[in-house]
Amino acid sequence: MGGSFSIFMTSCFSENMALAFFLGMCTFLAMSKEVKAAVGLGAAVIVIQLITIPVNNLIYQYLLNEGALSQFLGASFSSVDLRFVGLISYIGTIAAMVQILEMALEKYVPALHAQLGIFLPLITVNCAILGGTLFMVERDYNFSQSVVFALGSGIGWALAIAALAGIREKLRYSDVPEGLRGLGITFIVTGLMAMAFMGLGGM
Amino acid sequence: MAKETNKDVFLEPIFRKNPIGLLVLGICSALAVTTKLETAVAMSIAVTLVTGLSSFAISQIRTTIPYSIRIIVQMTVIATLVILVDQFLKAYFFDVSKQMSVFVGLIITNCIVMGRAEGYAMSNDPAKSFWDGVGNGVGYSVVLLLVAFFRELLGSGRIYGIEVLKTGADGWYVPNGLMLLPPSAFFLIAFFIWGVRTWDKKQVGK
Repeated sequence: MGGSFSIFMTSCFSENMALAFFLGMCTFLAMSKEVKAAVGLGAAVIVIQLITIPVNNLIYQYLLNEGALSQFLGASFSSVDLRFVGLISYIGTIAAMVQILEMALEKYVPALHAQLGIFLPLITVNCAILGGTLFMVERDYNFSQSVVFALGSGIGWALAIAALAGIREKLRYSDVPEGLRGLGITFIVTGLMAMAFMGLGGM
Repeated sequence: MAKETNKDVFLEPIFRKNPIGLLVLGICSALAVTTKLETAVAMSIAVTLVTGLSSFAISQIRTTIPYSIRIIVQMTVIATLVILVDQFLKAYFFDVSKQMSVFVGLIITNCIVMGRAEGYAMSNDPAKSFWDGVGNGVGYSVVLLLVAFFRELLGSGRIYGIEVLKTGADGWYVPNGLMLLPPSAFFLIAFFIWGVRTWDKKQVGK
């Protein structure tokens, strides 16, 4: 499984959430028109990743995994396997965490809330968040690995959206064929970026 | 449109209002499963089923859902359907399910499903919502299958696992390895959008 550093580098660059797994594409394409908004959304994604992936990791390890319940409820629960309700509990956790974070920010850090506030509800349905959790479960990360993975995937996603927004701002001055304007050219740029990020994979 | 029949509701999203081409919804989980037609077909069926059934179910309870908690109710309905699909695939098509890995679960956050539930099913009767959901699912599948077709054909010389272009020592076709990597999916979608928007000028974006 490699050290934490390699998990970080892989999840951040060569297996970038947005560019290698196409996760979070909807918001990725919709919010990348301006650098400022893109950076805000990127920051929000890093924060939410860092909270939800480790929390879901604990839920998986101590509640859902086969035999996990027997630690609290005695040996008669050792054959209980709740993994099939995983999806619904992860998405519930994510929705709840986003809600709590939004309320906490509003109360204690109003300035940050004003900046990130509009992006937070969007993030609940961002595939990158749920995808991060599902990858964590599939790859069987332990708690500390899941923290590193969360950090790496969040930063990778934020980097990608900030870079794309920068390119799109410049693209406004170029003469793009009519049918490709807007969405089409964005896809091509994203494809080129994906190739660049994959180039980092051999390190 | 003055009077929409079920047929219109079904056909509209396939070409004129394609969820991927025009609305850019649901690309998230779509492209990663398109290296082979087999997984793309499984994904298409799964998404079409989930969209149709979730729209149907949500439309039936639309008047009883309190407005303030509607998102979480929709989420629960969708997640339940996705779990059913996931368990079914694991039980009967284990290989396909392994290859699709996390992307079956990601149907939950597929914006098409959520978008149709929120945008259409909440204000229309169950039958229409069902056809709207299925139509959107099929529209999504068309793009998915097209992309998968080209990626599998050019990337490994096969269609649905059957060799079409001869590769290997005695073959003449050298597989284009890039087609199996993520970037090619972006390029193919870009060309698809380009084609659709040249054909139907109304869809051109800003």
